[in-house]
Amino acid sequence: MLALFLRETRLGVRAGSGALTGVLFFLAVVAVIPFGVGPDLNLLSRIGPAILWIGALLASLLGLERLFQADREDGSLDLLLIADGRHMTALTVFVKCLAHWAVNVLPLVVVTPLLGLFMNVEPLGIAAATATLAVGTPAITFIGAVGAALAVALPRGGLLVSVLVLPLTIPVLIFGVAAARGAVADPDPFLPPFLILAALMLFFAVIGPLAAALALRWSGD
Amino acid sequence: MGAGMTDANPQATTLSGRLTALANPTRFLALADRLVPWLGGIALVVLAVGLYLAFAAPEDYQQGSTVRIMYIHVPFAWLSMFCYSLMAASALGTLVWKHPLADVALKSAAPIGAAFTALALLTGSIWGKPMWGTWWVWDARLTSVFVLFLMYLGIIALTRAMDDPGRSARAAAILTLVGFINIPIIKFSVDWWNTLHQPASVFRLDGPTIHASLLWPLLICALGFTLLFLTLHLMAMRAEIWRRRVIAMQRLSARKAERAAR
Repeated sequence: MLALFLRETRLGVRAGSGALTGVLFFLAVVAVIPFGVGPDLNLLSRIGPAILWIGALLASLLGLERLFQADREDGSLDLLLIADGRHMTALTVFVKCLAHWAVNVLPLVVVTPLLGLFMNVEPLGIAAATATLAVGTPAITFIGAVGAALAVALPRGGLLVSVLVLPLTIPVLIFGVAAARGAVADPDPFLPPFLILAALMLFFAVIGPLAAALALRWSGD
Repeated sequence: MGAGMTDANPQATTLSGRLTALANPTRFLALADRLVPWLGGIALVVLAVGLYLAFAAPEDYQQGSTVRIMYIHVPFAWLSMFCYSLMAASALGTLVWKHPLADVALKSAAPIGAAFTALALLTGSIWGKPMWGTWWVWDARLTSVFVLFLMYLGIIALTRAMDDPGRSARAAAILTLVGFINIPIIKFSVDWWNTLHQPASVFRLDGPTIHASLLWPLLICALGFTLLFLTLHLMAMRAEIWRRRVIAMQRLSARKAERAAR
């Protein structure tokens, strides 16, 4: 499993620019918002955490369709599926998700503080947004794995994956933004939504790989 | 009946035996041919009675005549959830029992469910304009129905994206089940989100209970629309089976023509 993780990470970094494109997309989305809503710093600092979350959500959907497609093209997906007896397919999918998250999504979390500065979010809010993104984005990847596995056989599955996955990510978005805002806005609590967000992440860490493994096994024949 | 056929129940041996018999599409088609006129007729009669009662029912003292939208809006909203439950049951039928009709049921139910959900949103919006003064509120219930609508559209898109019916059936079944698990979470989170951002109760049904004079027409209308849904679903399943047969025959004749040309 560690070998698989290392392989995935290495492939992800070497195939290159995938992570960088995601970060650039995140940057572009966040940069476009002020042009839409106006350069009012007060307004931006109020909606800043929400913008960071929406930008990260969209950017993390970008590379999802490559999660299984590259492996399917070169045939290694079949090998991973055949190895079901030694390594449970769901576990394989789980490790692949983790590697995908580390390569493609973690950079988004890393650049979040910088973008938070652009949005004039106060330091505590930036810290909260980064923390919620670090906890919440794995959930998006795990749900996304289901969509990616369903659409793996389709030649142009990318858009379909996003369409399938976005409604299912609404709870993650709601609690992520609620926690990020709760840290700044006084009456709103931070900890309860944050804990629910963590619970959602763990829940999807189970459901996502299981469903994705099921979908992969049946798409493979 | 559409619901009885997909809600496969392993305990009831007679029911499961009947379900296995229905796996033969010809037998199902014969049954559907016999059921559709009756179901459709009963649905029309019940709907006519229900709508008549709805117009005969007393007006609400606050809402006036607009309350009559409730008699179609509530059944639509109810059916949007009923249809998704039926699809989830069909998905189980596909994945667990591999019943050949379950996948037909799922695929043909999705557009009907989407249509009923859209109608529920539309009638709710038309009802909301005179009552709340706006077409749309980001109320928890409206939002979750809207998300449900999006999920219907996603399932339809997925079933249409694949050529091979077997493969698309399993993909749609998995997506339906994942969505079914998620619906309570989405509902819960949307409730949280709404209560966090908005002062409570923008609107509510008038009081905790509805008066019996309003309730009976509503129930009859709901029954009528459910029967209508089952009729439509049976017809859609029948059409889907015929469509697959036509495709199979086209392939067969194409192969024959190719062989003859050689």
